[in-house]
Amino acid sequence: MTSNKKDPVLVVLQMTGAYDALNTFVPYSDPHYVDYRANLQIGPDQVLAVDDKVGFHPGMDQIKDMYDQGKVAVLQGIGYPNPNRSHFRSLDIWHTAEPEKMAPDGWLGKAIREIDPNKENILTAVNFGRGLPRALAAPGVSVASVGDITNYGVLTGIDSTEKRSEALDIFARMYAPLIGSGPVSDYLSQTGLDVLKGADILKTAPQMYSSSVEYGGSPLAQWMKSIAQVHLADFGTRVFYTGVNPGTFDTHANQATTLPKLWADVSTSISDFYEDLKEHNANEEVVILLFTEFGRRVQENGSGTDHGSGGVAFVIGDAVKGGLYGEYPSLEPEKLDSGDLQWNNDFRGTYASLLEQWMGLDANPILGATYEQFDFIR
Amino acid sequence: MANNDVALMGHLMRRAGFGAQYHELEARAAVGYEETVEELLNPSEDTHGMDLDLAERYFIEWNHHVRCVPEYIAFRMVNSKSQLEEKMILFWHGILCHTDSKNQSQIASHAEWEMLRRCGLDSFKDLLIEISKDPAMVYFLDNCLSHKDAINENYGRELLELFSLGVGMDGEFNYTEDDVKECARAFTGWTLANGIPPQPYGRYTSTFVYNPDDHDDGEKTFLGHTGNFNGEDIIDILCKQPATARFISRHIYDFFVADEAQVPTWMETPPRDPETIKMLEDEYFRSDYNIRSMLRVLFNSDAFKNARFARIKGPVETVIGTLRLAGDWTTPKPGFENIFEEMKHMGQEILNPPSVEGWHTGRDWIDGGTLVRRINFIADYVGDAGYPGIQDMVQRLAAEGPTTTPEGLVEGCLRLLGHYELTDENHQMLVNHARNGGVSATDSPEFPKQVGEILQMIVATKEYLYA
Repeated sequence: MTSNKKDPVLVVLQMTGAYDALNTFVPYSDPHYVDYRANLQIGPDQVLAVDDKVGFHPGMDQIKDMYDQGKVAVLQGIGYPNPNRSHFRSLDIWHTAEPEKMAPDGWLGKAIREIDPNKENILTAVNFGRGLPRALAAPGVSVASVGDITNYGVLTGIDSTEKRSEALDIFARMYAPLIGSGPVSDYLSQTGLDVLKGADILKTAPQMYSSSVEYGGSPLAQWMKSIAQVHLADFGTRVFYTGVNPGTFDTHANQATTLPKLWADVSTSISDFYEDLKEHNANEEVVILLFTEFGRRVQENGSGTDHGSGGVAFVIGDAVKGGLYGEYPSLEPEKLDSGDLQWNNDFRGTYASLLEQWMGLDANPILGATYEQFDFIR
Repeated sequence: MANNDVALMGHLMRRAGFGAQYHELEARAAVGYEETVEELLNPSEDTHGMDLDLAERYFIEWNHHVRCVPEYIAFRMVNSKSQLEEKMILFWHGILCHTDSKNQSQIASHAEWEMLRRCGLDSFKDLLIEISKDPAMVYFLDNCLSHKDAINENYGRELLELFSLGVGMDGEFNYTEDDVKECARAFTGWTLANGIPPQPYGRYTSTFVYNPDDHDDGEKTFLGHTGNFNGEDIIDILCKQPATARFISRHIYDFFVADEAQVPTWMETPPRDPETIKMLEDEYFRSDYNIRSMLRVLFNSDAFKNARFARIKGPVETVIGTLRLAGDWTTPKPGFENIFEEMKHMGQEILNPPSVEGWHTGRDWIDGGTLVRRINFIADYVGDAGYPGIQDMVQRLAAEGPTTTPEGLVEGCLRLLGHYELTDENHQMLVNHARNGGVSATDSPEFPKQVGEILQMIVATKEYLYA
């Protein structure tokens, strides 16, 4: 155990839209790759090679640096049975860890319930962004979902302190759950009460924070900054969730101009976040999971790539044993799954590894089965 | 005027529009319910009642190369008397969605918005043909990149999954991966030509063109039918499917009546109200897929009339409804961008839905972040008697007598907000709150503030999240 390590914290970054696995972690020397990607190929002179076969997209230079320092596990060929190529459904599968049927509860929601069964901490999990991802949703679990940390609280327009505290008192009583009023009403009640409690605590985080790191202006960069602020404020948050706006990585067209910008933003944001934690001696407390809903079609469509399967995910942090995990899916035409990469490691194995080896939880009840784990946590 | 009639009119205007102030509810109720339904169902250039010339002169972007500016959309929603016309655009925009974050062309977004205005109440089949030829959509779902020797499946898939059949019904899949590919083949050649930019160095407008040379004219087998199908043939087949009738009926129900299960669960989850869905499906086929006919049957049904406060309001409904209630933005002024930002932070940014699936509705509108934004936005408005609509509420209460009671104040505020109803416990709590705060004579300078405080507490309730 290291000096600065407290309760382990998981930061999940959802790269919505489905980043192109083939041009994210590039099999640059595979002759088939060159054939499939006549226009979009990332050549040996551009790729950030990790060996003579594969390498990172050139926009991911900071992540590549962290890889070189042994802090990045690359989950190659990640996927699930019967790949689904609908954005929504596939995200849902990643959120619920349930490819076979529609499931209401999120894997992290269930994990949060294990971490804090008596709901002692309203801030056990914090989401930054628009709307709460299903990954964090589970009955009886409340998650603070924050768009802008600097203005978070209810009835902030009431100027008089006395009147506002009276109003908040009534608000609390009006949102008290009523027996038998149904799940939606219960949900609204709980959300209202959690907002009251969470807001008072969260708004103090930016006040306590100071750092020499200057984050970028993108929403992701700003949300990563907020995550750093809340983590460093020691509220006991164990799960953070954020990501890019939906559809961002959906590069059906103009992939060659879009993808470098997107990866540069993500890569810089992650690196700034890591440097920020390091400045505060908290870099060993956090592990990042970076994922997307599916990979994209192996054969480019001219200027972009269509929906596919068989993706790549990344686990990043000081506690990570960097390297390549899973196998890079074969690009032999006959080994493709209807023109897509054949997945070879179930994403629930990565979830199980994170839950058990990093978060110290029993993964089986959360995921509903036992999956083969990786040893990417030190 | 019977209170019941006004309350029912409040319900209709919240659903078929963005709500209305009390005097409008009274006036419409005096005209009659069915008459109002007909008026709403038949908008025209003459019925919106807005001074668009004035607005256009103020919001100069309207008439230049960027026209689909937030001001244009929101100003019409706030001020049009043809409320259903504006509401239908929002309805279709949430289903046949595109995002300007990809398209980067407000001129194309505007053209689509106006197409939805033109076609949104008529034949669903015509609407599907129009959206398939709509430049914003052709670009958004990449059909312009689908060629006869290299299909791009994006539009073919979403047309089936999101615009017509849905993934499945009654536990069965509605189409196969092969149907997706065949559908995409049929739409090859449906592409774009660039037009002349309206100003030097301005953005190019796009126009739809059909390029027969790039159309795959071969035989296709789609949903069990075989032929040399083109896009229109595919849409013809789609419109005849019971799954399409179900899918559109459920969307209408979810948007106008009561919160349904989320769309992606529809394959497994039966409709919340199968009878009403059946009624809509029957009318869909009877009327040759006519949306106006479906809505007429719906709005005049008991199922609709009895479904008061069965839907959680969406952010656009919340923001526009609040502006209409307060009487703000009846004339152009600066600052509309902030209003648009509010909708975004509440979880609904017009022209940028979260994904091709549109927005998740019902309880999914509400989380810790969006609840805070929503309550604070409305409370800041209703607490300020400087707004004409709020001032009007104060004056109406004052006109009822020189004094009022805590009960009278709370009941009056609920009524003037459109006959909202609270649980007995919450109602009593607000009466107690009013009593503790004191209720002054209705002509006293304290009275508007007291009204504002009660309104603020009402709009912060769970009940007010609904419409």
